[in-house]
Amino acid sequence: MKEVYEVRMHGRAGQGAKSGSQLLAEAAFREGKYIQSFPEYGSERRGAPTVSYTKIADKVLKSHEPIVNPDVVMVLDFGIMRSVAVAAGLPDTGILIVNTKVCSTEIKKLAQFNGTLYGVDATGISLELLGMDTPNVPMLGALVKLTGIVKMESLEYVLREHFLPKIGEEKVQKNISMLRKGYEEVFK
Amino acid sequence: MGVKKAITGAQAAAEAMRQINPDVVVAYPITPQTPIVEQFAKYVADGIVDTEMVPVESEHSAMSAAVGAETAGARAMSATSSQGLALMWEVVAATPGLRLPIVMSLVNRALSAPINIHCDHSDVMGVTTVGWIQIFSENAQEVYENTLLAIRVAEDKRIQLPAMVNQDGFITSHAVEPVEIFDDALVRKFVGVRSLDRALLDVEHPRSVGPLVLPDYYFEFKRAQEEAMSKVFEVYREVGTELSAITGKQYPFFETYRTDDAEAVVVVLNSAAGTAKAAVDAVRAQGKKVGMLKPILFRPFPYTEVRDALRHVPVVGVLDRSMDFGAYAPVYSEFRNALWELDKRPSMQSYIYGLGGRDIMTTEIEAVFEELLSGELDPEHQRYIGLRG
Repeated sequence: MKEVYEVRMHGRAGQGAKSGSQLLAEAAFREGKYIQSFPEYGSERRGAPTVSYTKIADKVLKSHEPIVNPDVVMVLDFGIMRSVAVAAGLPDTGILIVNTKVCSTEIKKLAQFNGTLYGVDATGISLELLGMDTPNVPMLGALVKLTGIVKMESLEYVLREHFLPKIGEEKVQKNISMLRKGYEEVFK
Repeated sequence: MGVKKAITGAQAAAEAMRQINPDVVVAYPITPQTPIVEQFAKYVADGIVDTEMVPVESEHSAMSAAVGAETAGARAMSATSSQGLALMWEVVAATPGLRLPIVMSLVNRALSAPINIHCDHSDVMGVTTVGWIQIFSENAQEVYENTLLAIRVAEDKRIQLPAMVNQDGFITSHAVEPVEIFDDALVRKFVGVRSLDRALLDVEHPRSVGPLVLPDYYFEFKRAQEEAMSKVFEVYREVGTELSAITGKQYPFFETYRTDDAEAVVVVLNSAAGTAKAAVDAVRAQGKKVGMLKPILFRPFPYTEVRDALRHVPVVGVLDRSMDFGAYAPVYSEFRNALWELDKRPSMQSYIYGLGGRDIMTTEIEAVFEELLSGELDPEHQRYIGLRG
């Protein structure tokens, strides 16, 4: 692992980019890593483009700067690629994961990315299992499959810890199923 | 050893408040401070603290209510940002003269206009002359510990002055980082209860609070206030030593980072100090001797100690996250004053960065070091980092 592993999540306010990056950071924290997770706030309204950052390291993270050269970019809403250069600073060896049903040439063109693009139908998965469009959790499953940056059990632990008091056991189970399905169904 | 949690700077402030368990918390929500009182309100609702939480209709009322509670003998706390501080200014300025040790979180945010919710230090730099103790925090861990420290310093019998604990809006307040929370019982023992000689509600010993004082005695009141402020240094050291017994950390007036043999030093407050440390490491890796100084206790300002720490440094660059229009920037001004007494003064350069939340990058601070080492300086004019052309 390089000194600081950096993940950038692009989405629309309400899709859970902020909590997604926080869940990832907390899972890494559980595994004894140093972490930072922070969102970039614009005007706060549902549907507006958002960016969230997660940094994971073995050493204390001194800098508080945003992520410029991420190792992974996650796009929670593929439509956002029409207005936001999501792959900016992502090297060709980096990983781009998009919430999409298909990795079509149109999507690759939209992403403006020469490396390997991965897709996962995170919206489909969350609509099927939860009846709501919360793509962040299946996307995290896909991230774990592709990078192994944290263990699935760590993510499952923090999901439960965060959501049990808010949404109850049944929905926590559904979220864990979404996470696992994202892990299984990520494709090139 | 404490328990490590992944929490935000705002939650870290709320955790300190939970352990302090103040009698009264008064606040009005304002971004980016809101998550502090939101979290604290949850502690109140869940019965984790027995604080009386007073929601008010404005920040002016928030500070007024805190003043009332403290005058009656309670321990009162609050939190605000930017326009909220601006609205409560009248009462903020009255609090030190009333000698009320209110501790308030200030989540630094740019002042209007134009309206902006992001970080800079224009809010706090507008109140540094009114007599509050000012403490700055680089990250969520420091927010937590500085809040505990502030309570004891402010309430010390020799001091009895209010204190603000600053953290950067969003960059610190909304970022999740590992924070070590120390044992509740140990911290509560350290914090203690507010003891005071003369509460307003002491009917055996009636007194007046906030009377009209004309030219006959106003001056003496203010001189007494300065006397108390000058004692903050020794009390801060004593309280810091006590807190060290719990945390194992040191509580200096400022932090120096790799300054011992440095040929150029950057001075910077709050979260950007962390970014500056990363820049120091990067420039040092190229064999160049650079360092950083981060002020922590900004009021009172430790002029003598700062002078001694920078005595050997040939070039000092000071980064300010606010401007004093038509004058030297606030932090630069303090450091120029502090270093003026030296026989051999360093070259200095003032930089403005990060207004309204403009990002400050490690590479930009590396470029500052290059400029400082190059000697191409203009001490009479401030330069701007990351400004659009």
